[in-house]
Amino acid sequence: MSQPGAVAAPTSHAAHEAHHEALGFWRAYVFSVDHKVIGIQYGITGLLFLFFGFSLMMLMRWNLAYPGEAVPLIGNLLGERLPGGTMPPEFYNELGAMHGTIMVFLGVVPLAVGGFGNFVLPLQIGAPDMAFPRLNMLSYWSFFLGGVTMLLSFFVPGGAAQSGWTSYAPLSIIASSGQTWWLIGMVFLITSSLLGAINFITTTIQLRAKGLTFMRFPFFVWAQFVTSFLLLLAFPPLEAAAVMQLMDRVAGTSFFLPSGLVVSGQVVQNAGGGNPLLWQHLFWFLAHPEVYVLILPAMGIVAEVIANNTRKPLWGYRSMVYSLIFLGFMSFIVWAHHMFMTGMGTAMAAFFQTTTMIISIPSVVILTALIISLWGGSIRFNTPMLFALGFLPMFGIGGLTGLPLGLNVSDIPLHDTYYVIGHFHYVVAPGTIFALFAGVYYWFPKATGRKMNETLGKIHFLGSFVCMNVVFMPMFWLGMAGVSRRLYDGGAAYDFAQPVLHLNVVSSWGAWIMALFQLPFIFNFFWSIWKGEKVGDNPWDATTIEWAAPSPPPHGNFAHVPVAHRGPYEYSVPGAARDFVPQHEA
Amino acid sequence: MDIPYTVEIRRDTGLTNGKIGIWLFLASEVMLFGALFASYILIRTGAPSWPHGSTILNVPLATFNTIVLIGSSVTMVMAWASLMRKDFGKFRLYMGATILLGFVFLIVKYFEYSAKFEHHLYPSTNNFLAIYFTLTGLHMLHVAGGMAVNAYFWGPGAKQWKTNPVWFTNRVEHSGLFWHFVDLVWIFLFPTLYLL
Repeated sequence: MSQPGAVAAPTSHAAHEAHHEALGFWRAYVFSVDHKVIGIQYGITGLLFLFFGFSLMMLMRWNLAYPGEAVPLIGNLLGERLPGGTMPPEFYNELGAMHGTIMVFLGVVPLAVGGFGNFVLPLQIGAPDMAFPRLNMLSYWSFFLGGVTMLLSFFVPGGAAQSGWTSYAPLSIIASSGQTWWLIGMVFLITSSLLGAINFITTTIQLRAKGLTFMRFPFFVWAQFVTSFLLLLAFPPLEAAAVMQLMDRVAGTSFFLPSGLVVSGQVVQNAGGGNPLLWQHLFWFLAHPEVYVLILPAMGIVAEVIANNTRKPLWGYRSMVYSLIFLGFMSFIVWAHHMFMTGMGTAMAAFFQTTTMIISIPSVVILTALIISLWGGSIRFNTPMLFALGFLPMFGIGGLTGLPLGLNVSDIPLHDTYYVIGHFHYVVAPGTIFALFAGVYYWFPKATGRKMNETLGKIHFLGSFVCMNVVFMPMFWLGMAGVSRRLYDGGAAYDFAQPVLHLNVVSSWGAWIMALFQLPFIFNFFWSIWKGEKVGDNPWDATTIEWAAPSPPPHGNFAHVPVAHRGPYEYSVPGAARDFVPQHEA
Repeated sequence: MDIPYTVEIRRDTGLTNGKIGIWLFLASEVMLFGALFASYILIRTGAPSWPHGSTILNVPLATFNTIVLIGSSVTMVMAWASLMRKDFGKFRLYMGATILLGFVFLIVKYFEYSAKFEHHLYPSTNNFLAIYFTLTGLHMLHVAGGMAVNAYFWGPGAKQWKTNPVWFTNRVEHSGLFWHFVDLVWIFLFPTLYLL
């Protein structure tokens, strides 16, 4: 570990802040190595993919509510893919697989980690940039290529991947060529996440400001730090699995193909001896930590917004941090609770349901601490705070409905029904995505120097809040009635489903109306960039270090090298002149 | 704008950015190959019969290749040590030897692969060959990647020795850590596939 001739004393980087080289358009805005530009690139690309993934779902919801009827408005535009304007099952399956893939890997994670992580984390720790700026740029462009690959796959013969976002073998191996594109796209996305994770961890450890010890980190920094470890260690097994599935599809190997597999009445000619469950193990070894990759940054954003708008320190900051670390560790040993139906045997099931029950404890600790933080605060109900407050009960419903799925016995009747869809969408859609909206409204002034419009923001929140529940609440009833997920007609072919089919219509209209309530957000976002109310560097009277930088921060971020003098949330300190004492003020 | 701690050590962590970065990358690599080794164990334990590696694969050639790779790890350390002793000429020599040994490894591997194909042994033939080609193929990609980085430091990247010798030495050390990892993977692969 020796360093040749190394200088032990950390040098101040103040000297480097004075000069800014003028960069051309391409280097400044497209192939930029500045963490803020990359963060915004990630954020906007992520928002676009969220919107695209949502559009796929709106199409699916038509066939669920009105199976077999011609799709209005755009049915004829899609030509031969929708014969006579109606949706064939294969097309529905494409939409389903790509909705999941796009929302998780191209929407939420890039926005939560790539977007907010890149933009906010270096500012919050008082760093001039990320530790490896060029790696950061590579990470974005690798993500971009992955996204393009996924989008192009819609146009290959046979269409995009149709085997669900989980791509279970052997179905995915005998599927059309869109699946190969899916796998190649995933390799790009995994590479992007790995590069990002290495960068985040190194930056957090090495580039934090003087005096900023780990227990003085804002909770958001902790959340990104733990998330990066999950990305770093959980994604490579999926990369290995993707390589093996690619070998199965391209080189004719049988990693996931059992002997004597019969497809459409014919025995598949392959060496056999593979194990379809191996794919599930490798997939969920990533995909369960991935769930926490989706939720931890969201918790981080919510914690920032709540502390700021209750004008109080977070309640139980240390317990929250320890819970977060424990949560990250435990997320690696719960994956097989997705596989209770595979006949894994009672000993294995008992182990995984126990770890699953244990992992719910730190989640509850964090959520409880956030709720108690509200106690006795003089709360400011601005748009970011409304979204953060909306997150709490929505994530609560999502989490609590997960308990029956984590227990082996109650999972068996509920597995693969709409109940599961309702459960994880409550966690991710009105949970994580609300937190991401809170983050957009909260840090928008830092990125642009202008605030987003409050009235439009409140319309966006109220409409989305009501519609989210209209979309997802009925799914619990559908699921408990026994309606399976992934049915292209929403269960219309089954007698037992008839009494609950009207809920599909409710759910669909909820989704379409929710789309209308996103229009104020889209308008607000672009309008505020140029016409929003101009604000100072610290419009929310916040304490964390990112607000010490000018808005928008220049290349190199800070006018003076920030030094942390205290913890992150010193609000309403008795005897202080103002109701907030920033970390960076001596 | 310069990023702090690329060259100098941060006092409270005792590390440079690059050192943390490369170790994190190696941690993810352990998970990548770990997943493949785990898959190997699962498929093998579930198989009714499994060929002994030496009946299909060429053990003497692989033994030779093992020695080649271990040798290249030694020359890699010597290359870095030469820089520490400010002997750039020796660095060029040892780094060149490291790259050359990498080539020898790949050429031997090429003959091994083509001998298999001549006997109509393909990844699709059975699961032993499937895991053999996947693991060694992925390892070969890593060898090629390491060689590309080393070649960069041997050739165009060596300019940095004149402008920032400390940083250059650090970068060669990081590249060496990766090269040792690639070597280590082979040391696990060789007995697992050829001898067990």
